Amino acid sequence: MTLLSVRDLRVTFGTADGDVHAVKGVSFDVSPGETVAIVGESGSGKSVTANSLLRLNFGADVRTSGQVLLEGRDILAMSDEEVRHVRGREVAMIFQDPLTALNPFYSVGRQIGEAYAVHHPEASKKELREIALDSLHKVGIPEPGKRIDQHPHEFSGGMRQRIVIAIALVNSPKILIADEPTTALDVTVQAQILELIAAMQAEHGSAVILITHDLGVVAEITERVMVMYAGRVVESAAVADAFVTPTHPYTRGLLKSVKSLDSVRHERLESIPGIPPSLINLPSGCPFHPRCAHADSLAGRCSTEVPELRRVGPGSSACHLPDERLLNLLGGAHER
Amino acid sequence: MSGEVVLEARSLVKWFPTGSSKLLNRPTDMLQAVDGVSFSLDRGTTLAVVGESGCGKSTLGRLLARLIEPTSGSVILDGTDVTAASSKELLALRRDIQVVFQDPYACLNPRHSIGQSIGTPIRIQKTLSRAGEKERVRELMGLVGLNPEHYNRFPHEFSGGQRQRAGIARALALSPKVIVADEPVSALDVSIQAQILNLMEDLQRQLGLSYVFIAHDLSVVRHIADRVAVMYLGKIVEIGDPESVYDTTAHPYSRALLSAVPVADPRNASRRTRIVLTGDVPSPVDPPSGCRFRTRCPKAEARCATEEPLLVDAPGRRAGEHLVACHFPD
Repeated sequence: MTLLSVRDLRVTFGTADGDVHAVKGVSFDVSPGETVAIVGESGSGKSVTANSLLRLNFGADVRTSGQVLLEGRDILAMSDEEVRHVRGREVAMIFQDPLTALNPFYSVGRQIGEAYAVHHPEASKKELREIALDSLHKVGIPEPGKRIDQHPHEFSGGMRQRIVIAIALVNSPKILIADEPTTALDVTVQAQILELIAAMQAEHGSAVILITHDLGVVAEITERVMVMYAGRVVESAAVADAFVTPTHPYTRGLLKSVKSLDSVRHERLESIPGIPPSLINLPSGCPFHPRCAHADSLAGRCSTEVPELRRVGPGSSACHLPDERLLNLLGGAHER
Repeated sequence: MSGEVVLEARSLVKWFPTGSSKLLNRPTDMLQAVDGVSFSLDRGTTLAVVGESGCGKSTLGRLLARLIEPTSGSVILDGTDVTAASSKELLALRRDIQVVFQDPYACLNPRHSIGQSIGTPIRIQKTLSRAGEKERVRELMGLVGLNPEHYNRFPHEFSGGQRQRAGIARALALSPKVIVADEPVSALDVSIQAQILNLMEDLQRQLGLSYVFIAHDLSVVRHIADRVAVMYLGKIVEIGDPESVYDTTAHPYSRALLSAVPVADPRNASRRTRIVLTGDVPSPVDPPSGCRFRTRCPKAEARCATEEPLLVDAPGRRAGEHLVACHFPD
């Protein structure tokens, strides 16, 4: 059964310099309880895709098309009132920076209670306080009875992110969208938060859509990964497949650029040459072709024809190279 | 490795006053950002300083370049005491030690062309004529992989990675001996990080540079470090050759830090045992007694609360190869 189905999502921002095509035809499905990661670098369209799921792309000139079907209901076609019932209740979101996500003027207990009260107007003050207390306890805040009346500035970065998670989960949403939830945190705190997200997911049975640039984080907690580049999904596969035998040259390049703990001193890192393209003036054909080592081998096809996402091996890849070459991008043995 | 020391820190201490009493007209608390850090850096090599937010690594970097004054202790650059230098002497010393900052967006003046920004140290130090400066800047741009024809472009016309290249070119303008790089790749995309790390390695080989490379995660420094120092709450808890520090980690904090690094290999992820530390880093205004890590340490015993562990040779290592500050090292 499909919980969320995104069909041909396109998002364009009109700017003074021209149209920015942030998302160019993204489709994917999420099943209940599943963890899916969307990976990409700055400007790949991963955050815009995530924001679209709750219609959170704001701006003077935002054009969105396609469908975001939550159990068959199209979020993009809903009235503002209907979307408000989805936000925070059926689909909740955790943002990167927990300090800006929280209101500095209100106690954390009040903010958790408020998130519940929005969807449960009948709840009494006493009930709300109990719910907040219970939430703080569940996300591992020590001494919740004392901390409930404190304000965000009295918490550390990791504790604040726990509170943001408590707010997101207070209505037991079906889907939790986590946009770079650990990027602003230290690495030991990141480990704590990833464990918490996994534990909370197990408890609530929510599906998690994780947006990140960190392939390590993906490998730690998700089952399926979509790699985005210049507004398109270029590879989609199970993590166990994509990271061991990547079937898109960009994914391969990303994996090779990742710094490894067991490398040798002064070993040269393999890097992807060039820089990500401008979303206003995308290269013709495959958006990755100016940086791709294989682009010359197909007699100009890469610079003229946009590759569609197609089935390659156990996953899918948007590349013109023949399957047997895509399945062997790492040159036989996985030597990392 | 030549083994000749180019930069040395001796018992560096930096306390920042925080909170103040109007009545006594003096600060009431001291934030102990760096508390007794000593190390030496060999010419042509890289020392990586690793730690989490608030461990004092950036303050240490600033002290080395004397961007801030130490509370006590000294920095010796090629035999000269940087911390005792007069402002005139300091100007000359700055030719030998330069800094690359983390945020390539904030470190370039948006109203200056890239060429102007890269040439700023030359103008301040008056080492070259105007024409000579232009020539040198073009040469530097080529060296770091920027197109010298883009001399007159402004920072907003460049990507993050290109701006960081400009930041590196500016640091190289006076041909320094030592570069302090404070998280030079943390703000960059993964594919660009690798480009910048490779560039820094190439420049080190070509120009014989010595680096103090500050980072918050151990995986970045694995590729470039000849020596790794792990900091916690203002102190070095472990320092040594990378092979020794990574493969036979001696300090429980370093172990936790290493195990927390997410690995992009699903086959590895399940095999590793992760040490998840409980709680947060204590406040540097009021650090724990004895060993500062004891409040989060899985091995802590009564002795750790009373006696501060000294940074000494880890058991079974050659003298100086690998030092650790722990009562119960591995």
